[in-house]
Amino acid sequence: MKREDIVKPENLIYKRTSVLTDNVMHYCPGCGHGVIHRLIAEVVDEMGIQDKTLIVAPVGCSVLAYNYFDLDAAEAAHGRAPALATAMKRLRPDQFVLTYQGDGDLAAIGTAETIHACNRGENITMIFVNNGIYGMTGGQMAPTTLEGMKTATSPYGRDLSTMGNPLKITELIAQLPGSYYVTRQAVYTPALVRKCKKAIRNAFEYQKLNKGTSFVEIVSNCNSGWKLPPVKANQWLEEHMLPFFPLGDLKVPENK
Amino acid sequence: MALKGSLVIDTEKCKGCGVCITGCPQNVIALAKNVNAKGYNYLEMVDEDACVGCANCAVLCPDGVIEVYRVKI
Repeated sequence: MKREDIVKPENLIYKRTSVLTDNVMHYCPGCGHGVIHRLIAEVVDEMGIQDKTLIVAPVGCSVLAYNYFDLDAAEAAHGRAPALATAMKRLRPDQFVLTYQGDGDLAAIGTAETIHACNRGENITMIFVNNGIYGMTGGQMAPTTLEGMKTATSPYGRDLSTMGNPLKITELIAQLPGSYYVTRQAVYTPALVRKCKKAIRNAFEYQKLNKGTSFVEIVSNCNSGWKLPPVKANQWLEEHMLPFFPLGDLKVPENK
Repeated sequence: MALKGSLVIDTEKCKGCGVCITGCPQNVIALAKNVNAKGYNYLEMVDEDACVGCANCAVLCPDGVIEVYRVKI
């Protein structure tokens, strides 16, 4: 069978969703941000909520996220995305509000906003991309940097005695009464990508039901910050990040 | 009944990360020796007959440059 016979509109089974714009993403080759952007866009597309979804972009690599989503967006001050999302959701409860943050944004400078938004049970969806490093600024140590991991500001590896312990903020949030759905996913194999999409879909469905904060952590890579080629970075992620940040649901609704 | 697939790759937008290659169960795709306008070794199909259209490559692609087509024969 010839290629021309297969490549026809009626045989199309997968294409880039129209909720993403045609702009080429500025992320490094192999960066997990691209996949996560696409999953969010696909979920929005499938639920048919493109005209009533508001996304809050963070500070970090994904600061320009609003260039890639064909959605209404706002840009928050560093770490303050949950605070802005709270205001947006309270003023427009009919809209779906989504924050998209990295670990430096959500778990360091924005810890107060994150924890209090989740504790109040604000009815928003939070996507937390955890790559254990400050990617945009040049690979400095972040709260989620693993023990012994070399970064620009910990060139001999993170030493727990002087630099403190890595922060498992997702476990922390699962303890709060306001959080309704807390899960940790990854996107480096096809099966995990499909599973992650389901988790994001659940997070949106719970927001539709006004259940409280839905929090999805996605353990991702930072090839440039980790100084590894994309495929090796994913292997490193599996070997080093996942033992400390195990995948799975941390808090799921009891009556489900 | 067998499945037969094919890909349309936007080579100018491909960044040549190679993550998609790790997901391909049939070893259909590989990075080209040539580069695109940005200097990346873009993705190409090296074994078109083996593609079953599983869409694993497209699911993994961070930049969404792969379109997947599939027919039953």
